[in-house]
Amino acid sequence: MSVADVAIVGAGAVGCAMARRFTLEGARVILLERGADLLSGASKGNSAILHTGFDAPPGSVELSCMQAGYAEYLRIRDDFNLPLLETGAMVVAWSEAERAALDSIEAQARANGVNDVRRLTSAEIRAREPELSPRAQEALLVPGEHVIDPWSPFLAYLKQSEAHGAEIVFGAEVAAGAFDGTTWTLQTTAGTRQAKTVINCAGLYGDRLDAKLLGAASFQIKPRKGQFVVFDKAASKILKTIILPVPSERTKGVVLTRTVFGNVLVGPTAEEQDDRDRATVEEEALRGLLAKAEEMVPALATVDVTAIYAGLRPATEEKGYRISVRDDRNWITVGGIRSTGLTASLGIAQHVYGLYREMGHQHAAVIDPLLPRVPNLAEHRPRDWQTAGYGEIVCHCEMVTLREIEQAMTGSIPAGDFGGLRRRTRCGMGRCQGFYCNAQLARLTGGRLAAPLAVGDAG
Amino acid sequence: MSAPFEVRSADVLVIGAGPAGLSAATRLRKLGIANVLVVEREPIGGGIPRHCGHPPFGMREFGRIMTGPAYARRLVDRAVKSGVELLLGCTVVSIDYADDLVVTCASNRGLLTVVAKRAIIATGVRERPRSARLVSGDRPIGVINTGALQEYAYLHKLAPFRRPLIVGTELVSLSSLLTCRKIGAQPVAMIENRNEPSVRPTSMWLPRLLGVPVRYGTHLVDIKGRPRVEGVTLLCPDGRQEDIACDGVLFTGSFKPEASLARSIGLDIDPGTGGPVIDQFARTTEPRIFAAGNILHPVETAGWSWREGRRVGSFVADDLNGRLPAAGHAIRLTPGAGIRYVVPQRIVSGGEGLSNLQMRASDIVSGSLIAQAAGKEICRLPLTSAPERRILAPVAIFQNAKSDITISVEGKTTTDIRSRSTCV
Ligand SMILES: Cc1cc2nc3c(=O)[nH]c(=O)nc-3n(C[C@H](O)[C@H](O)[C@H](O)COP(=O)(O)OP(=O)(O)OC[C@H]3O[C@@H](n4cnc5c(N)ncnc54)[C@H](O)[C@@H]3O)c2cc1C
Ligand SMILES: Cc1cc2nc3c(=O)[nH]c(=O)nc-3n(C[C@H](O)[C@H](O)[C@H](O)COP(=O)(O)OP(=O)(O)OC[C@H]3O[C@@H](n4cnc5c(N)ncnc54)[C@H](O)[C@@H]3O)c2cc1C
Repeated sequence: MSVADVAIVGAGAVGCAMARRFTLEGARVILLERGADLLSGASKGNSAILHTGFDAPPGSVELSCMQAGYAEYLRIRDDFNLPLLETGAMVVAWSEAERAALDSIEAQARANGVNDVRRLTSAEIRAREPELSPRAQEALLVPGEHVIDPWSPFLAYLKQSEAHGAEIVFGAEVAAGAFDGTTWTLQTTAGTRQAKTVINCAGLYGDRLDAKLLGAASFQIKPRKGQFVVFDKAASKILKTIILPVPSERTKGVVLTRTVFGNVLVGPTAEEQDDRDRATVEEEALRGLLAKAEEMVPALATVDVTAIYAGLRPATEEKGYRISVRDDRNWITVGGIRSTGLTASLGIAQHVYGLYREMGHQHAAVIDPLLPRVPNLAEHRPRDWQTAGYGEIVCHCEMVTLREIEQAMTGSIPAGDFGGLRRRTRCGMGRCQGFYCNAQLARLTGGRLAAPLAVGDAG
Repeated sequence: MSAPFEVRSADVLVIGAGPAGLSAATRLRKLGIANVLVVEREPIGGGIPRHCGHPPFGMREFGRIMTGPAYARRLVDRAVKSGVELLLGCTVVSIDYADDLVVTCASNRGLLTVVAKRAIIATGVRERPRSARLVSGDRPIGVINTGALQEYAYLHKLAPFRRPLIVGTELVSLSSLLTCRKIGAQPVAMIENRNEPSVRPTSMWLPRLLGVPVRYGTHLVDIKGRPRVEGVTLLCPDGRQEDIACDGVLFTGSFKPEASLARSIGLDIDPGTGGPVIDQFARTTEPRIFAAGNILHPVETAGWSWREGRRVGSFVADDLNGRLPAAGHAIRLTPGAGIRYVVPQRIVSGGEGLSNLQMRASDIVSGSLIAQAAGKEICRLPLTSAPERRILAPVAIFQNAKSDITISVEGKTTTDIRSRSTCV
C-alpha cells in the first residue's frame, strides 16, 4: 500500500481547504470523509458571510486565520469562477444600551486592522436601507463584510486537489488507527489507508477522533445549533446590507442577510445540544426568527418563506479555535472551528501548513496549478440558462438546467447524495421546494446517489 | 444578459399552457386575433392536468369524462387547430415596458424576445411546501407535495414512498389517495388541523373505502429520519403526542399562486390570494397585462379555469379592438372579517366583465355575507361555507358603487382548534 504524506480526516470547509493547501505545497494527500459527499457536517448550513474579523478576539489565531482566509479568497475567487456579493454590513444599535456598545466594537475593529469602519446616524441608515425599521438608532458600517456561495468554493478546492493527485474518498469513516512511530495505518469504512501524518478536521467529531486514535482529547465538542429561515427572492429588493446585531458574549446573534442566490435569510439561533448529527428545525424558533426579521425590516412580513434549515457549530467549552500539534504522534488537530470556518478555512490551511513545516516536513510545491472552474450559482452573475444548448430547465424556481444537473453528476467530484446535488446546482432549493422538479430529479439521478429519491417503481 | 437569438412579435402572448392559458388563446383566435403565441416552460403543454392521472376532467369543455392527461392533450390539440402557436420548453423570465411589452424568454436555443401588444399570465398554482408551513423536525427525503407525487406516478412511473402520512383534507388530498393507490402505496393516515374536513364531509367515503384512517384536530409536530423519513409525531386533540412510523409525508393543498413572475415585473399582488390584483376584465395593475386561471385564486378546478380563460380571451380581444372601458379609476374590494380573499379586487365603471366575485371564507361559517361601502351595508346574502369552498356573488351588485367596498362574514364560525394558527 502506498503511504500518503498526510491523511486529512473530514471534508468540511476546513478539510477541503486543507486538502488544497497541502496538495499545492506538494504533499501527497488523502482526504477521508465519512459522508457520501463533501460538506456533510457543520459546513452544510451556515450564514455564508465572508467576515473581516472586525469583532474577532484581538491577537487570536482565529483573527489571523480569518483575515488570511479572507484575503486568499479574494485573490483566488476569479480563478475558480466564485462569486462575491459586496454587501457590507451594519452593526445596528436598536437601543441606548446597544448604542453605548458601538464605541467598543469600533475600537476593536480598528485594533483588528479593520480601519474602513464608520458610524452611521439614523438618517444615514435610512438613506442606505430605507426599509429598515426607523427604530435603528445608530450603526457601525463595516464595508468589507461580504456574502459568498457557501458550498462552491470547497468543491473547487477539491477539484483542484484531485487534479493534482490528491485521493478523495467518500463513505470513509475513520474508525480506528495505529501509529508505528513513522506511519499511521487508518481503518476506515472504505478500507485501510496509510499516511505519515494525520490532520484531524473532523468538525463535530474532532474530539471523538482524538480520543479514539490518540487516547485522549484536549477539548470537548458542544454542538450549538443555528436555525435559519430563507425568504423568497422578492425580499432581495428590500435589503442591500447585512444587518448584524450588537453581539452578546455567547453568540454573534441573529443576522439578516442577502444570499448570493438572490434570497434574504434570517438566523441563526444559538442552541446547545448533545446530538452531533440531528440539526432539526423547530416551528417555535422559526416563528421567533420571522418575528425578529419583521421587527428589523417590516416589509418582510409580506414575503413568503422559501426554505428552513439548521446547522450545527462545532463549538467547544472554550471560545477559540482548538488547533494543536502532537509532534510525537505525527498528528495535528484542527478542532472547534465554531462559527467563522467558512471565512477562515483558507487561512487555517495556511496556518496548519506552517505548523506542519515546523514539524520538519518539506515538499516541492506545484508550479502552475490547474484552476478548475466551477459553475456559477450566484444570481448576480451569468447563469447556465442564459447560454443556449442547456437542454431543458429542470428546476424552474432556481432555473437549474439539465446540462447543470448532468455536469454535477459526472466528472471530477460528482454529487454523492441529493444534498450534494442541491449544493452543486440549487435544484429543489427554491420557493416550490421540489413541487415541480422532485420527480424528474428522481428519474435523472436514479441509481446514482447514496440515498435515492424514489423507493422503487410505481405499482 | 446576452443578446437574444430571435426577436418576434405577437398580438397576444399567453404565458402558461394550462387550461386557462390554452382556452384564452383559443378564444382569441376564434375572435379573429391573428398572432397568438403561447409560451410554456414544460416540454409538454396542458398544465397541471398533464399529470392528474385520475378523472374527472372535461365535462364542461368536452362534454365527457376524461383523465387529466387525455384532457390536456385535447386542450393542446384544440388550441393548435385554431391557429395558436405553441412554444414549448420556453420560460418567460422578464417583461419590460416599452410602446409594446418586451418579453424575454429562456429556451434551449437561446434567449428569445417577444414584442407583444398584450400578455395574459396564466401560470397556475402550486401547493405550499413543508418549509413555508414551518413544520418542525429533520429534513429528510420523502417529504413532498401532491404535484410531485403525481409526476412520480404518471410521468416517471416511480414511487417516492410506500407508507406516507397525508396532511390535508382538500379535494387534492382525496385525489392523492388515488395516486397513492396507483403507485402501490398505502397511506398510514390522513390528518387535518381542523375538526372537520376541508371538503364536504360526504366526500370522505373515499379514505374509508381505501382503509386510510382520517384524524381531525390533529397536528403534525415533528418529522424524523435521515436520510429518509422514518416517522412523525402527531399532536392529538386530547393533547397527547403520538409517534407513527411512515416513510414519507405528503403535504397536500394549501394552494399558492405561481406568481413570482407577476411580482417581479411589478404587478400589484393581493396578499389574500397571493396572485395579481385584477379588475373585472382581468386586467392587472399594468393594463396591457391580463391574468387568468388559478394564478388568480387558489384554487379552482380545471374546468373553472378553462372557462375563465375563455372569458379573459374575449376581454383581451375587446381591448385590442378598443372596446374595454378605461382602466384608470376603480373602486377597491377588500376582504373583511371572516373572508380570505375577493377576486376581482377592483371594479371599474362601465362594460360587462367577469360575472361573479369569487371569494373564500377563512373558517367554517354559517351566517351572512355582508358588503359595506363607506360604513353602510349595501348588500347581505345568506352564506354557509368552509375555507376551501367557492363563494360567488354577482359583480353587477357592485358595479355602480361609489366608494370602496369591504366584504365580510357575520354569523357562527368555527376556528382552528389551536389558537395560534398554522397553515398545515
Ligand atoms: C449556524 C451557523 C452559521 C455560520 N455562519 C458562518 C458565517 O457566516 N461565516 C463563516 O465564516 N462561518 C460560519 N459558520 C461556521 C462554519 O460553517 C464552520 O466553522 C465550518 O463549517 C466548520 O467546518 P469543519 O470543516 O471544521 O467541520 P465540518 O463541516 O463538520 O467537517 C467535518 C467533516 O468531518 C467528517 N467526519 C467526522 N468524523 C469523521 C471520521 N471519523 N471519519 C471521516 N470523516 C469524519 C464529517 O462528516 C464532516 O464532513 C457558521 C456555522 C453555523 C453552524
Ligand atoms: C397537485 C395539483 C392537483 C390538482 N388536481 C386537480 C384535479 O384533479 N382536478 C381539477 O380540476 N383541478 C386540479 N388542480 C387544480 C389545477 O390548478 C387546475 O386544474 C388547472 O390546472 C388550472 O389551470 P391553469 O391554466 O390556471 O394553471 P396550470 O394548469 O397550472 O398551468 C400553468 C402553466 O404555466 C406554466 N408556466 C408557469 N410559469 C411559467 C413561465 N414563467 N413561463 C412559461 N410557462 C410558465 C406552467 O408550466 C404550467 O404549464 C390541481 C392542482 C394541483 C397543483
